[in-house]
Amino acid sequence: MSATGSGTHILSLYVANRPGTLARIAQTFSRRGFNIESLVVSPAADGKFSRMTISASGEDAVVEQVMRQCAKLVDVVSCHEHDPEGAVGVELALMKVAASGEKRTEVLQITDHFHAKTVDWTERTVMIEATGSTAKLDAMVALLRPFGLKELVRTGKVLMARGEQAT
Amino acid sequence: MTKVTSKTASDAGEKGKNRTGAEALVQELVRCGVDHAFGVPGGAAIPIFDALCAEKRIKFVLTRHEQGATHMADGFARASGRPAAVLVTSGPGATNTVTGIMTAMMDSVPMLVVTGQSETAMLGKDAFQEADVFNITMPVVKHSYLVKRAEDIPRVVREAHYIAVSGRPGPVLIDVPVDVGRAEVPGDAGAGVDLPGYHPEAGGGTPVELEQIAAALDKAERPLLLAGHGTVIAGAGAALAALSEKLRAPVATTLLGKGVFPEDHALSVGMVGMHGTAYANRLVTECDLLLVLGARMDDRILGSPASFGAGAFIVHVDVDEAEFGKLVRPDVACRGDARRTLEALLPLVRRRTAGGAWERRVAEAKRKWPLRYAARGGIRPQRVIAELQALVEGRKVILATDVGQHQMWAAQFWRCGNPRRFVTSGGAGTMGFGLPAAIGAQLAHPDALVVALVGDGGFQMTMCELATACVQRLPVKVLVMNNHMLGMVRQLQDLLAGARHSGVELEGNPDFARVAKAYGAFGEHVTRSNDLRSALRRALAWDGPAVVDVETVAGEDVFPMVPPGRPLEEMLLEMPETADGKGGEA
Repeated sequence: MSATGSGTHILSLYVANRPGTLARIAQTFSRRGFNIESLVVSPAADGKFSRMTISASGEDAVVEQVMRQCAKLVDVVSCHEHDPEGAVGVELALMKVAASGEKRTEVLQITDHFHAKTVDWTERTVMIEATGSTAKLDAMVALLRPFGLKELVRTGKVLMARGEQAT
Repeated sequence: MTKVTSKTASDAGEKGKNRTGAEALVQELVRCGVDHAFGVPGGAAIPIFDALCAEKRIKFVLTRHEQGATHMADGFARASGRPAAVLVTSGPGATNTVTGIMTAMMDSVPMLVVTGQSETAMLGKDAFQEADVFNITMPVVKHSYLVKRAEDIPRVVREAHYIAVSGRPGPVLIDVPVDVGRAEVPGDAGAGVDLPGYHPEAGGGTPVELEQIAAALDKAERPLLLAGHGTVIAGAGAALAALSEKLRAPVATTLLGKGVFPEDHALSVGMVGMHGTAYANRLVTECDLLLVLGARMDDRILGSPASFGAGAFIVHVDVDEAEFGKLVRPDVACRGDARRTLEALLPLVRRRTAGGAWERRVAEAKRKWPLRYAARGGIRPQRVIAELQALVEGRKVILATDVGQHQMWAAQFWRCGNPRRFVTSGGAGTMGFGLPAAIGAQLAHPDALVVALVGDGGFQMTMCELATACVQRLPVKVLVMNNHMLGMVRQLQDLLAGARHSGVELEGNPDFARVAKAYGAFGEHVTRSNDLRSALRRALAWDGPAVVDVETVAGEDVFPMVPPGRPLEEMLLEMPETADGKGGEA
């Protein structure tokens, strides 16, 4: 319960798949002035539930309080924060890069290096699909930007606890 | 808390005929033990009101405004511990309930709000009287439903009721599109509660927590108990008194905890906080252990969060874990139902002998800084409360207040010996609450004398409900502390805004006694000190609703006062000579 410190927090919520649940959670964050950096909602293994992964930055103590307020919502089954070592977190990005002529080779080299793949080609553009840690995708985006990054869509981080630990 | 009424023929509808969504809704409310509903009908609520015709086990009270309906349901629940329903139509009917829902939410009051809604097919298309009530109310409800299928209604009503009354209670809203109310509910529609994310049951705390708390209590030389609304909700009064007496520890309450501990008890120190007693605030700064029970320690209690109980070991007991560390970081946080926690602690702590140093200090503080007011110079509002108390001594009385100076004087001067007998809007501070809440309380306790203590400002916000009191023949007594002013704001302007009065003078007040008579109630206007007692007597003796309009001293201030955001130590006992804007923010 440290009152000091702040940074990005990755929260994993297991919620009943009912109307309004997302809005209630978003309101809980916005009421405390939190900016959600990314939020991913998807059906859980049991279709009656959904899994939400929320990245938000703020003071540790306030995040802890927001988590308690989220956990208190009737449709929220659990709300956990995971430390990076204890969980696998990945995101997916689609990048549309201006790449015509000789530039294409370089773009493809970068794509290969990051174990990403091309998913669409036109005369002037290449679309690349990449998955991995946020840091890896940030690095890839930085390298591709000088070629002309026309569009970027990222899913935001999804996370799963390692081993026997429940997410 | 749930009263399950016996199944009768009407429960399942006529044989061979499925019930409609609206019929199912009303019948399920009855099954949950709801027997009072307040509201105003409208187009989108036609099926629901039609279903009421056949259901005699719910007493429906037609109000003059939907806000009044919510405060009546609120007053009913605060006085009885049981929720009532609010039935209104879509659009403005529903939005008019928002203030009342928020009032209930802030003070953890159970309530079931059913709003009619436009047809399912018209949702989001700006139909007549369509408002997105599900989303408008989302931040001020404990939970809510927009029912899209009639077959969901039995389950939704039962879940809503369970959520409203369990754990930390609160308002739950059910939005019912008009076609869902008309549609048939299949005979096999399930009514089982399906809430995998909701676990409201709280015990007394873990054995480790209880041992820790007991050890801290035994070690403390100057323990102080602070009881909030949670102790009232949990029915913890007897256990609280037992622990206080065993430890010889004084008990302070929050505004909403008032009455849970008898205020004529030697160990009672009254209310703590902004307008709390000087001795309670003083003792909070002197105590070495603060056991906070079912109180969320809001800004009106704390003064400033950093300084509150700075010298004390703080134990926080609450059913709601989200309250721990919100403003004050406790040394021990214990998720527990206040009654169960107190009962579990009782055998663990050692009995202390009466008359110890701390107990003597409590008595000394009460002697040294008593609550007081000037006896002369017009009718002092504090005296009105004292006169009323003297006239009703020994009777079962429920005092409902509005919001403002009169509310704080009532908190200070009205001695309350029982829980659920002081009905007031705390967290929300909703003006207009007093009269409708008194009406709800009177319906919950027909045998009680119910008095609505109101200011001239708040009274006029829901004054139309005098008609409801008259129609329902409810002998509610309205006592208007009339200073022709929004007095609390005026006091804050004197203290914080260089005495520049802005928007506080209530010019053009009507003659409230004549207004009362126009509605068919008793009305009397008191301008002279000598007439006060006899006027109160006549109003109390009147067999029906009565209004006594008392001209009180206009410039009277509520003291003690802790300026907003300041530590309790900086409490003022009177208006400083040079009041200015340094006090903080209101």
